[in-house]
Amino acid sequence: MDLTRRKALALGTGTLAFATLAGLPAFASLTDDAIAAMTGGAEVTEGGIDLTAPEIAENGNTVPVEVSAAGAVEISLFATGNPTPAVATFKFGPLAGSRSGSTRIRLAKTQDVVAIAKMEDGSFRKASATVKVTIGGCGG
Amino acid sequence: MISRRDFLQTSMAAAALYGASGFGNWARVAAQQSLTQDKLLEFDTFGNVSLIHVTDIHAQLKPIYFREPSVNIGVGGNKGAVPHVTGADFRKLYGIDDGSPSAYALSHSDFSSLAQAYGRVGGLDRVSTVINSIRAARPDALLLDGGDTWHGSYTCHQTAGQDMVNVMNALKPDAMTFHWEFTLGSERVNEIVEGLPFAALGQNIFDAEWDEPTELFPPYKFFESGGVKVAVIGQAFPYMPIANPGWMFPEYSFGIRDERMQEMVDEVRAQGAELVVCLSHNGFDVDKQMAGIVTGIDVILSGHTHDALPEPVLVGETIIVASGSNGKFVSRVDLDVRNGRMMGFRHKLIPIFSDVITPDPEVAQLIDDQRAPYMDALSEVIGQTADDQTLYRRGNFNGTWDDLICDALISERDADIALSPGVRWGPSILPGQDITREDIWNVTSMSYGEAYRTEMTGEFLHVVLEDVADNLFNPDPYYQQGGDMVRVGGLGYRIDVTKPQGSRITEMTLLKTGEIIDPSKTYQVAGWASVNEGTEGPKIWDVVEAHIAKQGTISLDPNNSVKVVGA
Repeated sequence: MDLTRRKALALGTGTLAFATLAGLPAFASLTDDAIAAMTGGAEVTEGGIDLTAPEIAENGNTVPVEVSAAGAVEISLFATGNPTPAVATFKFGPLAGSRSGSTRIRLAKTQDVVAIAKMEDGSFRKASATVKVTIGGCGG
Repeated sequence: MISRRDFLQTSMAAAALYGASGFGNWARVAAQQSLTQDKLLEFDTFGNVSLIHVTDIHAQLKPIYFREPSVNIGVGGNKGAVPHVTGADFRKLYGIDDGSPSAYALSHSDFSSLAQAYGRVGGLDRVSTVINSIRAARPDALLLDGGDTWHGSYTCHQTAGQDMVNVMNALKPDAMTFHWEFTLGSERVNEIVEGLPFAALGQNIFDAEWDEPTELFPPYKFFESGGVKVAVIGQAFPYMPIANPGWMFPEYSFGIRDERMQEMVDEVRAQGAELVVCLSHNGFDVDKQMAGIVTGIDVILSGHTHDALPEPVLVGETIIVASGSNGKFVSRVDLDVRNGRMMGFRHKLIPIFSDVITPDPEVAQLIDDQRAPYMDALSEVIGQTADDQTLYRRGNFNGTWDDLICDALISERDADIALSPGVRWGPSILPGQDITREDIWNVTSMSYGEAYRTEMTGEFLHVVLEDVADNLFNPDPYYQQGGDMVRVGGLGYRIDVTKPQGSRITEMTLLKTGEIIDPSKTYQVAGWASVNEGTEGPKIWDVVEAHIAKQGTISLDPNNSVKVVGA
């Protein structure tokens, strides 16, 4: 199947499930807690998952983010610097041809966006990207 | 078997020698009359493909003076690496003698006295002569324009870029990429691009709504040159909606998008490209980083950061060519492409000494035609520089042009503190020279030139300085936007370039009282070139003109208000 980015976006939105968490003081520990809740404390290894995000957000209120991991049954996105880090979870059935999703997220400030994939064999994979949210400035 | 990398390194050595023959032996030349056009254009045609690169012209149709920076700090892996080498260190690195034409063209030392001896640089009629000469030796040479072309002068502003479009069309480029062009507004950019007789390229120019490629700006174009199938991939300035007002072109999104760059390189190679050229407006350090990540690009023609390098920089198997700004240089790159691979190159950065290179009469006439309706306004003398006062802009922290602009903002807008954007365009003015209206517009003209006056808390001022400093000194080039530090008037500070964002800037001081800036106190701040929609105020060129007219003769106090640590 030849999926355009637009179709992937539409599909992604269709299977999007927003997660919410009760407020805790430190955002970083909020992210750790959310990841632990997903993995049950299992080891998470880097690689095997692609996370595409802009280096510098053109608009912090709507930052395009794309994830894909061949063999994933579930991919969750976390914005580590947001008051509520859990952004979205994409779930993939056994017949899903492409294990990828994209969405746009609001980022409160410069921070790391983290993607965790749960694989078919039960292992967990991780990727992260720093997205800078800037007040803008002066071009050369 | 000799690898391609060996070939390229041999070429680098040859280029260095050739560069020396093009630059070093001018050391014995004492005055410009010993320089000749033949000497400047001397080039032993090599291989089978020629590229001609111009970039960041900023609408400078006529010859100008342009002082290169004395401060250009590299951070992280680029500390001490070109283009972050200036002055005597730069001349030593490239074997350039003090006082030579190359020293005048490429470094800042003795600028005003060398400028008196060697004269103005640039002028698109002279650039045309150089292009014609290269085309005489290699008729199917490709002329590639790296962008920042339709911005930067009085006539460009009044004609919304049409003067530059008319003159550049006469030079017959083969392709172009973009940055400041978009500040004309997307409607105007679309209108011009739809009528361009050459390719408008940008693999990273996307539709903002759908995050998809646009039809108006294709990623690449194929050319046949010297029997070689050449693919030119465009890379526009990645951070346009951040560094410039995104509300003026809301339909477009940019970014580095190096994954897509790799896809495009693979795609053109699969279609039979024997030579892959990236026409880039990334800025030099970003191009260096991208060259280490994306494989299969032979040549990056680099723009945006206005660096002029007498030799390409080799990253892996990619050569990166930097061709200066404001029409001051043309780069010629000859390439030997065999069996679908670039096996060697010869390169020359040609400085456009306007008194040495004969203008192309047709282009000279065309330039004068563009300017004719505006000559009265352009040529009006507003003031003069004092006998020991040069006005220049380039440098990481300040330049005398921006010192003057900040003085104008403080006095004309009755402010405590002035902010002036750290752009890198704008020609220089020599001591004892008339300052015309054209000169003022050359350093201020833009489509969002409102000079605002607002209240800022000390805390917010700190956030602003930290934010801009991180655009310049983030150790990862992909997080740098190019440009220089925001210029400040009425304010002093200390900066440690090695620190992370939030802790680089300390000791912020209000100069008029000597007091430390209080985070909770409010200050009157004047500035210009805000990226925010709805900014109000008089135009900056009117503010500067009023100030210069009142001063008559311009003489500035030395600016020692920024203390730099960690360079």
